[in-house]
Amino acid sequence: MSLLEVKNLKIYYKTPAGPVKAVDGVSFKVKKEEVFGIAGESGCGKSTLVHSLILRKPPMEHAGGEALFKGKNLMKLSPEEARKIRYTQLSIIPQYAMNALNPTKKIKDIVWDLAREHGHTNRSEVEKLLRERLAMVKLTPKVADMYPVELSGGMRQRATMVVSTLLNPDLLIADEITSALDVTTQRVVIELLHHFMEEDIVKSIIFVTHDLALLDKIANRTMILYAGKTAELGPTEEIINNPTHPYTQLLLNALPRMGVQYKKQKLKGIPGYPISLLNPPKGCRFYTRCPYAMDRCKDEEPPLVKVGEEHYAACHLLGGESQ
Amino acid sequence: MKELLKVEHLTKTFTSGLIGGFEIRAVDDVNFEIKPGEIVSLVGESGSGKTTIGKLILHLLTPTSGRILFEGKDIMKLSKKEIKKNYYRKVQAVFQDPFASFNPLHEVDRAFDLVFNSFFPDVSKGERNDMINQALVQVGLNPSEVRGKYPHQLSGGQLQRVLIARSLLLKPKLLIADEAVSMLDASTRIDILNLLGDFRDKYGTAVLFITHDLALGYYISDYTIIMYRGTIVEMGDTEKVFHNPLHPYTQMLLESVPDLNVKWEFKGIEPEKEEGAVYSIQGCRYAPRCPRAKDVCFKVRPKLRELEENHWVACHLYGGE
Repeated sequence: MSLLEVKNLKIYYKTPAGPVKAVDGVSFKVKKEEVFGIAGESGCGKSTLVHSLILRKPPMEHAGGEALFKGKNLMKLSPEEARKIRYTQLSIIPQYAMNALNPTKKIKDIVWDLAREHGHTNRSEVEKLLRERLAMVKLTPKVADMYPVELSGGMRQRATMVVSTLLNPDLLIADEITSALDVTTQRVVIELLHHFMEEDIVKSIIFVTHDLALLDKIANRTMILYAGKTAELGPTEEIINNPTHPYTQLLLNALPRMGVQYKKQKLKGIPGYPISLLNPPKGCRFYTRCPYAMDRCKDEEPPLVKVGEEHYAACHLLGGESQ
Repeated sequence: MKELLKVEHLTKTFTSGLIGGFEIRAVDDVNFEIKPGEIVSLVGESGSGKTTIGKLILHLLTPTSGRILFEGKDIMKLSKKEIKKNYYRKVQAVFQDPFASFNPLHEVDRAFDLVFNSFFPDVSKGERNDMINQALVQVGLNPSEVRGKYPHQLSGGQLQRVLIARSLLLKPKLLIADEAVSMLDASTRIDILNLLGDFRDKYGTAVLFITHDLALGYYISDYTIIMYRGTIVEMGDTEKVFHNPLHPYTQMLLESVPDLNVKWEFKGIEPEKEEGAVYSIQGCRYAPRCPRAKDVCFKVRPKLRELEENHWVACHLYGGE
């Protein structure tokens, strides 16, 4: 069963020079009880994609496609409907989660405002839940009575995670939430997300990151985005061990890992830079950097083809039959 | 071979608070050396003091106590003129945010003008041009794509290459790279690292690679220094530190690195206990978090001891007083 089904979604940014096609025809499903990873470089549209599901605002524009969440098209919700499902069904931990909390309010007041908006009437019950959850993320329940500035970065991050998940959303979006953290703190955050799933606080998670090695640790399935399009999609293990798109292959080869040293084995990056999304070429968006680029790559867009069990990639090398 | 840079009992204290403020020993009695042509990575989490050490070596901060010897001379005793004319000619730096290193109102070429005006004032314009183009080609850039452009027209990776090209012009003895690749994408990051390696291979430039990313440190460096809260907990040949980590902190750090070849077990790691007083602990600063801490750890600061050749650790588990 899928919780979220995104079909051919297009999200553009309106600019005087024309639309910037940040997300251009992306399709995927998020199943119940899975962590779905989205990976890509800066500017590939990964943040735009997830933000469009929950916080779409100008200059971000819905330019086509749909996102069905529990049967409802998120692209067509009224502001009132969107407000209602936020936090209770669909929630996000934003990238700068450390600074996402209102600095003038105590944690318990932030939480009470939120709960009240969603129809809770018993304040002491909500606060009891807050203290329980704080304990779950190994913060002292006293944090409820503190202001966000009184907490260190790592603690604030955990407090934000508690606030975002307090009303047990079905789908939690985590957008680069560990990028600014130390490796040890990052590991704690990943453990906590895992725990949230186990405790059934959230049903599914979309985990957005630039770090493939991290997805390897947490995501069941992974989508690799490149310049607003899906390059490859499949079970994370398959993507890591058996990548089929040249971009995924080169990206994995560029990752340092234990045991690989400059002196013995030089890794190679991907030459060149991503294309501009203002007027993207008709064909494959990776062709400018692809060592295997052929004539047709420039003009013909490669369709997403099935390359294995639940494993898809968009590259002319893999054949041209549309799925 | 004699060392290029020697840091002796280096300490830097910051005072915070206006009246009766408290002291933070950001760097506390740190000793290490960099040999000519050696790539040393200085690894630590935020608050470990790694950037402060970089700034101290760059003469941007004044140490509270201790000495920094470059080619045998105490850099604090150099005159302002010597620092500007000689020291910065030999010691260069590349920082984390390439966008912050450029003035957005000027073309990127201006970054080179500053170098020429300070160090090669007599070079003719034509020669200048050739030198710049040559340096840009060496870092893998096409001069026509870069010159005359404004910083916002280039990507972070390109800008970082321009900065490295600028250092390359001077052929410095020591390059301080403070998180120089942290902001770059995985697909360009490794090429910048390779550039630092090539640079060393060609010109014998030593590099102090300051990073929080263990995998990058492992990839590029000959020697590794692990810091925790202002103190060195372990240092040695990179292979030895990574394959035989001795300090409990190093072990925990290595376990936390998401490595492609290793699966994680979810066993519930204890989150860091916030220890405001950690900087005033008499003993080992890692003791409050250490699962193997003994009484002595809180009372006596363990000294760095050489447990095997070129592998030092500061931990009471391995003896010492």
